[in-house]
Amino acid sequence: MTATGRTLAEKVWDAHVVRRGDGAEPDILYIDLHLVHEVTSPQAFDGLRLAGRPVRRPDLTIATEDHNVPTTWTLDPSRKSADIEAIEDPVSRTQVSTLRKNCEEFGVRLHPMGDAEQGIVHVIGPQLGLTQPGMTVVCGDSHTSTHGAFGAMAFGIGTSEVEHVLATQTLPLRPFKTMAVNVTGKLRPGVTAKDIILAVIAKIGTGGGQGYVLEYRGEAIESLSMEARMTICNMSIEAGARAGMIAPDETTFEYLKGRPHAPRGADWDEAVAAWRALATDDDAEFDTEVEINADELTPFVTWGTNPGQGLPLGESVPDPEQIADETARYSAEKALAYMDLKPGTPLRDIAVDTVFLGSCTNGRIEDLRAAAEVLSGHKVADGVRMLVVPGSMRVRQLAEEEGLDKVFLDAGAEWRQAGCSMCLGMNPDQLEPGERSASTSNRNFEGRQGKGGRTHLVSPLVAAATAVRGTLSSPEDLLAGSDH
Amino acid sequence: MEPFTVHTGVGVPLRRSNVDTDQIIPAVYLKRVTRTGFEDGLFAAWRTDEHFVLNQDAFRDGSVLVAGPDFGTGSSREHAVWALMNYGFRVVISSRFADIFRGNSGKQGLLAAECEQSDVEQLWKILENEPGTEVTVDLREKTVSAKDFTASFRIDDYTRWRLLEGLDDIALTLRYADDIAAFEGSRPSYKPTTTAVADA
Ligand code: SF4
Repeated sequence: MTATGRTLAEKVWDAHVVRRGDGAEPDILYIDLHLVHEVTSPQAFDGLRLAGRPVRRPDLTIATEDHNVPTTWTLDPSRKSADIEAIEDPVSRTQVSTLRKNCEEFGVRLHPMGDAEQGIVHVIGPQLGLTQPGMTVVCGDSHTSTHGAFGAMAFGIGTSEVEHVLATQTLPLRPFKTMAVNVTGKLRPGVTAKDIILAVIAKIGTGGGQGYVLEYRGEAIESLSMEARMTICNMSIEAGARAGMIAPDETTFEYLKGRPHAPRGADWDEAVAAWRALATDDDAEFDTEVEINADELTPFVTWGTNPGQGLPLGESVPDPEQIADETARYSAEKALAYMDLKPGTPLRDIAVDTVFLGSCTNGRIEDLRAAAEVLSGHKVADGVRMLVVPGSMRVRQLAEEEGLDKVFLDAGAEWRQAGCSMCLGMNPDQLEPGERSASTSNRNFEGRQGKGGRTHLVSPLVAAATAVRGTLSSPEDLLAGSDH
Repeated sequence: MEPFTVHTGVGVPLRRSNVDTDQIIPAVYLKRVTRTGFEDGLFAAWRTDEHFVLNQDAFRDGSVLVAGPDFGTGSSREHAVWALMNYGFRVVISSRFADIFRGNSGKQGLLAAECEQSDVEQLWKILENEPGTEVTVDLREKTVSAKDFTASFRIDDYTRWRLLEGLDDIALTLRYADDIAAFEGSRPSYKPTTTAVADA
């Protein structure tokens, strides 16, 4: 027993230590849930095969196809999954077919393209109720931090660690440092979780979270829905952090209750009691703390080529000359050259060719609802294409039940199948060289959405308003009656 | 992974410094889905040159690579180690390795032996004077020798122990299989499994 209290992250860590390292050796941490997809798993499975090792806990492992899958296939109603021939790129197809073979051979549950539960790995875990408070969750993908929204310790791992977890259901690790991100105040209408996290990253920088688990706390966080919390935790990695977490509360329990894999009956009561005890103790100490005031936030957009290069939409493209720090100035100059932007241009004047609504950051049902509400009764501007890619087949189905697909189609947007899609352009959904997008995804690196493509990260509300006006906009700009 | 104690094989002089992972295995080979078969991508750009050392009969079957300083810099790709091992290398000798490459090597069973640059030069001379000369690398004694020349090399104790025992990361953890099983026995019953559930 320690004298001082513990943080949420420390409690989850402690509850999973199989064996304490003795300084020289790391701790061995038990992993409750291992999410698998086609890109980072093939060599891990191959490694098992070469060493003659089985998957230790296929019952704590689940796989889906997401990064490579096209979003334009049609389903033959007599079949449960889409034809793999729908994947034109041979490399992509090989990755997907290899995943299918590996899951079959090692007994891992897989949701293939077209399956009712298929989707982006970070969307399906929570949706199935597999992601729960107090768990350790890993995946060979950096945005695994998404699951921290439930008060889980969730982080991305590399292929050799994927193999390690498959073989042992554990990972050798050293504890992370803890950082409290206190978000005080209340969000104004039209300002969303995406704006909070973009502001956090702009404040602490893309390396500011290095080695830390961030715990988002405060009134503004507590009032967010689970989906909004996932958006925030999702982008923790963009601040360099290993993971992001939010203490579970009534909102969390409500979201989970009744989901396919959520505890039931007496198990539910026991679980909720344990989950309530996870919150950071009052006398716990974080290694460091930062403050953000939600009252002051407005819609945020990025102008550069890393997620830390963002500003409120009402401002203008910054002038690198005015940046004191030499490295930051150099990176701003490079970013503006790549983005083809001039210092002083109002961000609202930046015209886009493409709007992408989707990804594990903002591809959940609430995101689609928010965007549809803005789009309703409007048309996508001439010369702009808008892609709406649900994060999962379940999200797609829900949206169709609610008639959201009609809203998007009526507005002139494209309604697609589920997957990662233009978030990283591993499938055919890519920007052409020189094209510019407003995207609800999480990375605006050079070439991320296609070679030579330029990305502005935005919230679903800003994405929808931008689609209507053709330039970076917030829903307020539509009320002003200034749409075409 | 196989234990490493003493290895004797043909030495290959690679008179280049700053051999980065892109030169060891170009990015186009990374799209593969296996852990084996990367030997054809090893030094792919250089191997198009008929004079390249690995294209010479005497060196073709080499298993001890003697390279210039700063070997394995660049990206963290583990494929670089796979490619060297798939080709048949068991040892790389250099006066300086990139940290990540050294770490990846130890985990996969490739010995990254750090020698003084003057010893590397000496080995180069011996191997070039008499192509096909064998080099013996003794991990217990931490020595490399060729002909009547012997030099010592550096390696950290932990990696050396792992290589001697033939323990990869997974094998290291599996030494604690009993602890893992005990932990599993104590997990609360409300924790989910991915086993399909009937629709509620
Ligand atoms: S949606 Fe984008 S960030 Fe999320 S898992 Fe897919 S590629 Fe990665």
